[in-house]
Amino acid sequence: MSNTQAVRIRKGRSTLTLRRVIAYTVLILLTLLSLFSFYVLFINATRGHYDIQKGFSFLPGRALMANLNNVMSSSEMPVLRGMLNSFIVATGSAALSVYFSTLTAYGIHAYQFKGNNAAFKFILLIMMVPTQVSALGFISLMNNWGLRNSFIPLIVPTIAAPMTFFFMKQYMESNLPLEIIEAARIDGSGEFATFNRIVLPMTKPAIAVQAIFTFVANWNNYFIPSLLIDNKNMKTLPILMAQLRSADWLKFDLGQVYMLIALAILPVVIVYLCLSRFIVGGVALGGVKG
Amino acid sequence: MKKALAVLMALAMASSLLAGCGASASSASTAAPASSTASSQAAPAEGKVLRVYCWNEEFKSRVEAYYPDYNKDTQMIGDTKVEWVITPNENNAYQNALDEALLKQSTAADDQKVDLFLIEADYALKYTSADAGVAMSVQDVGLTDADMADQFQYTRDVVTGEDGVQRGISWQGCPGVMLYRRDIAKDVFGTDDPAEIQKLVSDWDKFDAAAEKLSAKGYKMLPGFDDTYRVFSNNVSAPWVTDNKINVDPAITQWVEQTKEYTDKGYNEKGNLWSSEWSKGATDKAFCYFGPAWFIDYCLAGYTMETSEADGGKAELGNGTYGEWAACAGPQGYFWGGTWMCAAEGSDNTALIADMMKTMCCNADTATKLAKDVNEFANNKTAMKALAEDTSFGSNFLGGQNVYGAMYDSAEKIVMDKCTAYDQGLNESFQTAYHDYFNGTVDKDTAYANFIKTAQEKYPELKG
Amino acid sequence: MQATTAPAEKTVEPRLKRNRKSISYAKWGYYFIAPFFVVYAVFSLYPLLSTFYYSFFEYYRSGLKFIGPNFVGFENFKTLFANGDLVMYAKNTLIMWILGFIPQIVFSLLLAAWFTDVRLHIRGSGFFKTVIYMPNIIMASAFAMLFFTLFSDKGPINDIFISLGWMDAARPYQWLATTAGNRGLVAFMNFLMWYGNTTIMLMAAIMGVDPGLYEAAEIDGASSTKQFFSITLPLIRPILLYVVVTSMIGGIQMFDVPQILTNGKGLPDRTSMSLVMYLNNHLFSKNYGMAGAVSVVLFIIAAVLSFLVFRFNTRKEER
Repeated sequence: MSNTQAVRIRKGRSTLTLRRVIAYTVLILLTLLSLFSFYVLFINATRGHYDIQKGFSFLPGRALMANLNNVMSSSEMPVLRGMLNSFIVATGSAALSVYFSTLTAYGIHAYQFKGNNAAFKFILLIMMVPTQVSALGFISLMNNWGLRNSFIPLIVPTIAAPMTFFFMKQYMESNLPLEIIEAARIDGSGEFATFNRIVLPMTKPAIAVQAIFTFVANWNNYFIPSLLIDNKNMKTLPILMAQLRSADWLKFDLGQVYMLIALAILPVVIVYLCLSRFIVGGVALGGVKG
Repeated sequence: MKKALAVLMALAMASSLLAGCGASASSASTAAPASSTASSQAAPAEGKVLRVYCWNEEFKSRVEAYYPDYNKDTQMIGDTKVEWVITPNENNAYQNALDEALLKQSTAADDQKVDLFLIEADYALKYTSADAGVAMSVQDVGLTDADMADQFQYTRDVVTGEDGVQRGISWQGCPGVMLYRRDIAKDVFGTDDPAEIQKLVSDWDKFDAAAEKLSAKGYKMLPGFDDTYRVFSNNVSAPWVTDNKINVDPAITQWVEQTKEYTDKGYNEKGNLWSSEWSKGATDKAFCYFGPAWFIDYCLAGYTMETSEADGGKAELGNGTYGEWAACAGPQGYFWGGTWMCAAEGSDNTALIADMMKTMCCNADTATKLAKDVNEFANNKTAMKALAEDTSFGSNFLGGQNVYGAMYDSAEKIVMDKCTAYDQGLNESFQTAYHDYFNGTVDKDTAYANFIKTAQEKYPELKG
Repeated sequence: MQATTAPAEKTVEPRLKRNRKSISYAKWGYYFIAPFFVVYAVFSLYPLLSTFYYSFFEYYRSGLKFIGPNFVGFENFKTLFANGDLVMYAKNTLIMWILGFIPQIVFSLLLAAWFTDVRLHIRGSGFFKTVIYMPNIIMASAFAMLFFTLFSDKGPINDIFISLGWMDAARPYQWLATTAGNRGLVAFMNFLMWYGNTTIMLMAAIMGVDPGLYEAAEIDGASSTKQFFSITLPLIRPILLYVVVTSMIGGIQMFDVPQILTNGKGLPDRTSMSLVMYLNNHLFSKNYGMAGAVSVVLFIIAAVLSFLVFRFNTRKEER
């Protein structure tokens, strides 16, 4: 080995060490930054109202059980019921949205029909319209149809999910060769059966990603549900959370507010961690080869 | 590509016109507010369902405690089922839901009709004006002037429409007082006696002079920007809006000038209401807060404790500034908060509602209990007068002082005949717009322009 | 920035469809896309079109009464553009988006490069990849509540700055009362919520680059930095562009973070008010006329943007 080469390698090693130090420092800082909010939320759930009101603390308080009892004990705040409702809405939306958007994506991807391209462009266009634009009209429409205190307006409209559609479409472009469908046809599989038995399993990773996104979005949704649901047995968690925040002064308790936030986040964190392998891999699914 | 878009847009426009026609026709039919004659046509028999619209559980817990006929477990009063429809305030969801229900009142099935709904002072007129036609006159519900003779006049004014008809009633009064630190008072003024301190702050000029003295010793007169806002805004000489024109009253202007001066000279802690700077003032350098009974017991007392009760602290002298406080009437009378009950036009439960209103709002025993159980300043002159004179009814937090006397005087002084349906939005927009001015981000004219802009977004019919 | 959840772009694969006898199956395409379009038409299109329709009317709620609808032609649009505020809100939105997007793309590129660098060999990268994604699952309202307390005048952030001697204790920086502070916080929160997503997308792109190119560069003695700039960056350009565009869609839809952080007011002096927040103000007061007008403008911006996406997609396919 020549002298210059040795120098270069040594120099390379020291820069590599330096780069590692920088990389790990930045990663650790970002990790702290990302987990920080979770930490504070959970800490605040253990603190009393006045402590939270007066500001911030890194140390847990002693009000964990008190907050939990208070949140759970009110008859107008059926928290467990709220969780169940949120779960129904979020799961229902996730299931319908993913299934039908995948079906739509498949319809446009696999079949060459008249208006195929126009349909695709139309969906791309509506993807960019902010949801607020049609919110008021939607609410009054649902009211006119007598769909107050019903999960239908919270779940069924998610069948038309442009973002999910777009993701699935992109994914199919690179990961669902049409030959496979052709082969299924030769084997005598019906079109609908092909979709259910072959396409769905093949797109499972992408479906998992979109399912969790839709689940989280609907789990956290306040705006539309708050305007349509007022029956206490149908309220979702975000509505209950807002209800806690508009409590009268005798009952207003930030400790309870944070406890409910913590209770609402916990299931999502658990679901997320369980699915994280899919998600981390899945977002990249539509990934291009340079 | 371009063509496809153009066709799409054209299609969208065309169908929007078609769709629009349908929509306007259908909304026109629902747009008419519930007919004001609905009440006279109500079925003579009482309905089996009492639907109550509210934004939190306060009223429900009051009914549980002070309306003996209510069965907490079955949620029944006699054979009438009480349905609590609770929609949170956040994002205006409560008023949206209530409006939606009231607009459908005339066509709704009897059991789906709103029977009773709750409102707050700042937007009361939106529902209690004759024009709105959604709240029944309390006389029609079955209350007489004799029933309400013991109520504080301002609580009746708030829910009285332009036609002089009262359309709501409240069980509580929320007259505010000025709460100050005894230790700071002794240090700066040499006395902590409420009567003496009251002399030092009995009008705004004296109040300003006191602020200067406090500042010289390193204290702050006020914890934030908004503390005196309600005191000024409850004492305006003209309503916010006349003939759709927004009018900034001299009293409100005075608040702007005072607060700007205090901010620039460091007489306040620059806190927004409910911010942590603001509440921390109670254990720091802030001399006084303004608030009614609920504020003292459920907010301020908690802020003053160094170790909170949740963390094992005790509500006693020596824990922060707890017990170091006292109350006096302050420069002007005012109130803060309060909930009013309204019987909805079209309700088929008026007899029951009348009984609830009488029992909860017009009964001296209920009033005394409210004060003793939850420290409420109840809407009953006789009962509150008796408590004010009861020497045993002192507050530990206020060093043994009985604050009901000061509150009683304040409640008697409040004049609320300048209400408009716009108060909530305008008060909010005004304070927000001028915070920028206090913080030095914008000049006075810009703050005013921003206020008008926000006001018109909320109420398109108003002019600056 | 929400829009970045969508993945990569179309592949360069030649379209095989044309060679297929797919005509006989075409009706299945209609069947499969029917539920989507029916539901969209029923639940979204109709409200959307009625929103547009009312932009030509004076139509709002005053108390419990409806004023209008009275046809006023383009009056609402004139009002909208007369005072120039709409341009200001567009500018605010753009600034807040860019302020968040720059760190988002820089950090994402950096992290993606590190995660895919074989020599660097980051341990526990699975853990890091999971964690950087997590801020995305907190509800924006809870997130904003925390930032409120963290950045209040006497909050922990200012305490730290004061104890480091960077700030005068008597004059703490008012994060939530200054334009820079508010816009900065909005951008920072958006960054925190979306950088994980972008990282993972860019990583996918980098992993698709032919490893042979790096080997060759290695032999030529190019440093990692040089490799990154002369191989990685040019080759992932399409994906980068895609990230920019989707993030831009999220940008024009920016609402919940500034809405909650400033309590819907866009403080101070409306300098952190985004376009959709402005729309929301009119929705809040049930002003169907003005809300309709703002919606039409937003829709046109969205249409222009989606046109750009088409162009971008088409060019990719031609390449």
